[in-house]
Amino acid sequence: MTYRKNIQLTPDKKLRHFLSIEGLPRAVLCEILDTAETFASVGQQAVKKVPILRGKTIVNLFFENSTRTRTTFELAAKRLSADVLNLNIAVSATSKGESLLDTLRNLEAMQSDMFVVRHSQSGAAHFIAQHSPKHISVINAGDGQHAHPTQAMLDMFTIRRHFPDFYPLKVAIVGDVLHSRVARSEIHALTTLGVNEVRVIAPKTLIPADISSLGVHVYHDICEGLNDVDVVMILRLQKERMAGAFLPSEKEYFLSYGLSEEKLKCAKPTAIVMHPGPINRGVEIESSVADGPQSVILEQVTNGIAVRMAVMSLAMGSYSATQGEV
Amino acid sequence: MKTIIKNGRVINPATDFDAQADVCIADDKIIAVGKAPEGFVADQKIDASNQWVFPGIVDLCARLRQPGQEHKATIASEVAAASKAGITTLCCPPDTQPVIDNPTVVEMINHLAEESDKARVVTLGALTQNLEGVQISEMMALKSAGVVGVSNALKAVKSTLVMRRAMEYASSHNLTIFLFAQDPWLKGDGSAHEGAMSTRLGLEGIPEIAETIAVARDLALIEQTGVRAHFYHLSTAKALRMIARAKYDGLPVTADVSAHQLHLTDMELGEFSAMYHVQPPLRSIRDRDSLRRGVNEKNINAICSDHQPHDEDAKIGPFAATEPGISSLESLLPLTMRLVSENVLNLSQAIAALTFEPAKILGLDVGKVESGSTADVCVYDPKSDWTLTKDSMLSAGHNSPFLGWEFQGQVSHTLFNGKLVYSRDTVR
Repeated sequence: MTYRKNIQLTPDKKLRHFLSIEGLPRAVLCEILDTAETFASVGQQAVKKVPILRGKTIVNLFFENSTRTRTTFELAAKRLSADVLNLNIAVSATSKGESLLDTLRNLEAMQSDMFVVRHSQSGAAHFIAQHSPKHISVINAGDGQHAHPTQAMLDMFTIRRHFPDFYPLKVAIVGDVLHSRVARSEIHALTTLGVNEVRVIAPKTLIPADISSLGVHVYHDICEGLNDVDVVMILRLQKERMAGAFLPSEKEYFLSYGLSEEKLKCAKPTAIVMHPGPINRGVEIESSVADGPQSVILEQVTNGIAVRMAVMSLAMGSYSATQGEV
Repeated sequence: MKTIIKNGRVINPATDFDAQADVCIADDKIIAVGKAPEGFVADQKIDASNQWVFPGIVDLCARLRQPGQEHKATIASEVAAASKAGITTLCCPPDTQPVIDNPTVVEMINHLAEESDKARVVTLGALTQNLEGVQISEMMALKSAGVVGVSNALKAVKSTLVMRRAMEYASSHNLTIFLFAQDPWLKGDGSAHEGAMSTRLGLEGIPEIAETIAVARDLALIEQTGVRAHFYHLSTAKALRMIARAKYDGLPVTADVSAHQLHLTDMELGEFSAMYHVQPPLRSIRDRDSLRRGVNEKNINAICSDHQPHDEDAKIGPFAATEPGISSLESLLPLTMRLVSENVLNLSQAIAALTFEPAKILGLDVGKVESGSTADVCVYDPKSDWTLTKDSMLSAGHNSPFLGWEFQGQVSHTLFNGKLVYSRDTVR
């Protein structure tokens, strides 16, 4: 019945691992956003590098395929001058029957400083953090249906660039909340940063049990749910959902929950539209909306690099020491 | 061999007996409780002053991992752990490798248990061949070999028709059927109770209805076929209510709960600790409290360990990727006694749920401390303080979420068939 201390934080409440948004205080999230702000300009410089993590080794440990997330993590690490090792374990060690723990032991032996982990099992990042030696920081790049905290932070960063304050905002998350680690992390980030209201919009088949315990309102009708919102977050729909009897067809999903220009009119005219990518055009979002004036989808990708640089440097604890050089 | 257990407080729920008395044992029988018969001279004296004397525990469900998974545990290792925990009868479900669906496997287990000779091991035969849920097993042959009932263990019999026929056939041979009620489709790949916690952790949920729908189906079939049935490991308040109703209606059903379900809830899962990965999953506080009431009101007849010892690797990994189960022989009695100190049960109820009641479910004439009964006896020191640790466990599996828990009360002696198989003073 006892809760252990939050393994994500050092005793003086600094970021040590970044595993999930849940359990992190508002101050830490704000520090990430502020730090990311200082890194945002690095991408525009002629020499896109800062020497903050020079001499450090970061291992991208991807047990699940991903191009986009892995690439932005790699780019973020390189801009911080770290050495990066990309391991696509989905097709190497574990398929040879090596256990997760053995893989970890081998990587430790290579004297790395940080693991960026993606895994198909919920809790995998926690597991790795618990079983790694003390000097290694673990960043969760997505674990099962549990969390994808850097995605949530880059979305918060993007929102903050469009709105001066989180407090008055109404945010709607549309789509497959049940299977989405992104949705869970967004909800925790939004409620921690204190937005006015978080809504989730989906048919009952895609809403997890007791989701309201996370402090969100549930809508099954998209226009009702979008009414008066400032931010619309669209989730990606996986094709497997048809086979699992969650949905009848992509066409019906698009008709009922796909974000069309028509449905977007239910939201505030100033509302922004977000999507974690990759987009299924004509399934969860209409092309004209994805490419339209309210879409900030490509900004999200750009911001992903600065936010991941911030998370990496903070977790490595070296940011404040070398702040002057930025 | 004659033994006397002197000056203990003897508790025998079968006859509502609870008083200080001597227990006299000759060979494998208790020959007197109270005054020793004339001319009785004991070869062995056990001083039970300030201690309690009650029947040896009957555990309805314990996996001993042999044959087939000897890297996890063996009959010898687990029977030793049982004797230390005051358990004298263990019922082994049929999901060994190979499955207990033919007399040879029964004989093999019997043989290994007799060699260890520290506890009685009884077996359940497979309800369907290789537990596949397709063809019913040779139940008559299994019964002749000594199985005390039939079960499909954790494998669901998906076909309602096969389940009906299996029940009819078991009933024809007067065999009790042991049911683990869980709808396989609603369970899916779930690993945690479907609720706020599974949603937070992104673990696939096992909804309450996975249990209630299976219980509802099986109760309807039991009513139709008239088979005597026992429901294993209830986990939900709603399923308990259905069982209580069925009992009220006069159906021949009994039920048990595993001891950990009476203490732990899904709130424990917050850090993804694999030690809390069990089947059925840990459920809500409301469910746990209802299950506690269910034992008190006797709608749940027995408390069992649902012992599942594992090798270390089985519990190392992300939550859902680990193997479910707790090595729980050595926490069965302590957790049940804790319910007495928490005023959930009185002492007689607690001991009945561990001894006399499960013995009745298995159709065995054990679980009693009275003149003429089998001399399976547990002597218990209620004042002794101790902590469950890896080092103190005799089971080959150390997978327990109760490591580090402090308990008051400990077994000091266990007698099985009149033989002293455990004494705290000689073992560690």
